[in-house]
Amino acid sequence: MKRHKLSTRLWHWINLVCVVMLFMSGLTISNAHPRLYWGDWGFAPEQAWLIVPRFPDWMTIPGYYSLAVARDWHILMAWPFALGLLFMWMAMLLNRHFKRDIATSRKDWKPAAIAADIKAHLRLDFDHGQGKYNFLQKLAYGLVLGVFLPMMVFTGIAISPGMEPTFGWLIEILGGRQSARSLHFIFAFATLGFFIVHVVFVLLAGPFGQIRDMITGGRSHEA
Amino acid sequence: MKRRGFLAVLGAAFVAGCNKVAETNAGSKLLGAAEKWHEGAHRFLTDRKALAPEYPRSAISPYFRGNGSIDPQNGDYPQQAAENFANWRLEVRGLVENPMTLSLDNIRRLPQRTQITRHDCVEGWSAIGEWTGPQLSVLLDAAKLRPEARFIVFRCADNLNGADYYESVDLIDAYHPQTIVAHQLNGEPLPIRNGAPLRMRIERQLGYKHAKYLTAIEAVASLEEIGEGNGGYWEDRGYQWYAGI
Repeated sequence: MKRHKLSTRLWHWINLVCVVMLFMSGLTISNAHPRLYWGDWGFAPEQAWLIVPRFPDWMTIPGYYSLAVARDWHILMAWPFALGLLFMWMAMLLNRHFKRDIATSRKDWKPAAIAADIKAHLRLDFDHGQGKYNFLQKLAYGLVLGVFLPMMVFTGIAISPGMEPTFGWLIEILGGRQSARSLHFIFAFATLGFFIVHVVFVLLAGPFGQIRDMITGGRSHEA
Repeated sequence: MKRRGFLAVLGAAFVAGCNKVAETNAGSKLLGAAEKWHEGAHRFLTDRKALAPEYPRSAISPYFRGNGSIDPQNGDYPQQAAENFANWRLEVRGLVENPMTLSLDNIRRLPQRTQITRHDCVEGWSAIGEWTGPQLSVLLDAAKLRPEARFIVFRCADNLNGADYYESVDLIDAYHPQTIVAHQLNGEPLPIRNGAPLRMRIERQLGYKHAKYLTAIEAVASLEEIGEGNGGYWEDRGYQWYAGI
């Protein structure tokens, strides 16, 4: 097992803080208008595709209802989150972490290979064989880094009215501002879903060693 | 249940930490600075005159939601409403060479702009409507801004929870082609809930910038002496002055 690169470790922990703060302040923002719509506009319950439950104060930043304070945190943390993601992508492409460890090959996608990997997960057998990650890990990390987190940035830009004169095409691709807002919410919860699965597998795989390795880099088994 | 309790404790500790950071001088400065970074990025990426999207008639929402004040009862507003706003006056004042007082008829006789745009509330909802009125730039050019003028303040008739509503923009948004003093919504005089008889449209920013029940347009050099000094009713209650985010 190869060591985690310094860039990976740095980004991982900074990103964790950003995502947690963005998510918790986002819940307050959801409480301000807990309905989601498709298309360009929507404001009334009969236009909504989802009535979102009210999130209790203990889940939210600032811990009581204040849309103004939640927005302050949200727009502050958006910067390290978005720039950090950009940094991680550049680092991953330059140091070949993406190509070597995360990108899948055609043979990974063979149904038999996928089934075998799922069975191994169900047996809680996390032997990675040759590579750093197995197929399901590659898929999960690829989805989070390549889809969920970038979509948080893009849909966030699309909701900002000041960005629209320049990024009108982006809002159009996403299906209108209220669709972009719905997608912002959906990808936030997809990211939460990844977070839960990720934490569960870290716990199953031995949390002490996993967390230590993500801080120190871990020992290289090839050495 | 135990795990949820643990999560709640963890969440509460985290939130308490965030609140502590926000209370410190550096923390609150950082939170304020982030707004400026967004404004800078938006201004850098977007041309001063770049337009917010305009929609076809078919996209207009069946009803245009009102928020904040939707039926002011303070001052002489109810009486003005009863008179159908026949005696409403809009002042253009402050740092201008030619202060003006305009009737609704004066305003309707100016060159008009009609635009079908989307209104985005800070809460998250959107509605689309067709607005008609003169561009603010026409009024400002007629009044002739003095060189010291840096902001345009909008004074409003409504009093919300004990404070007079007001708003402000810089000269970039004041002179934006879609910044109009609207007197019509969807071809009809403005309904009271949407700001009758006059409201601002500041199309590249959130709804609270679009001051309703407009009584005066005031050119100023600084926002510090007005209200609580943050440039608007909601800004005085912690919201961003730059509402394009």
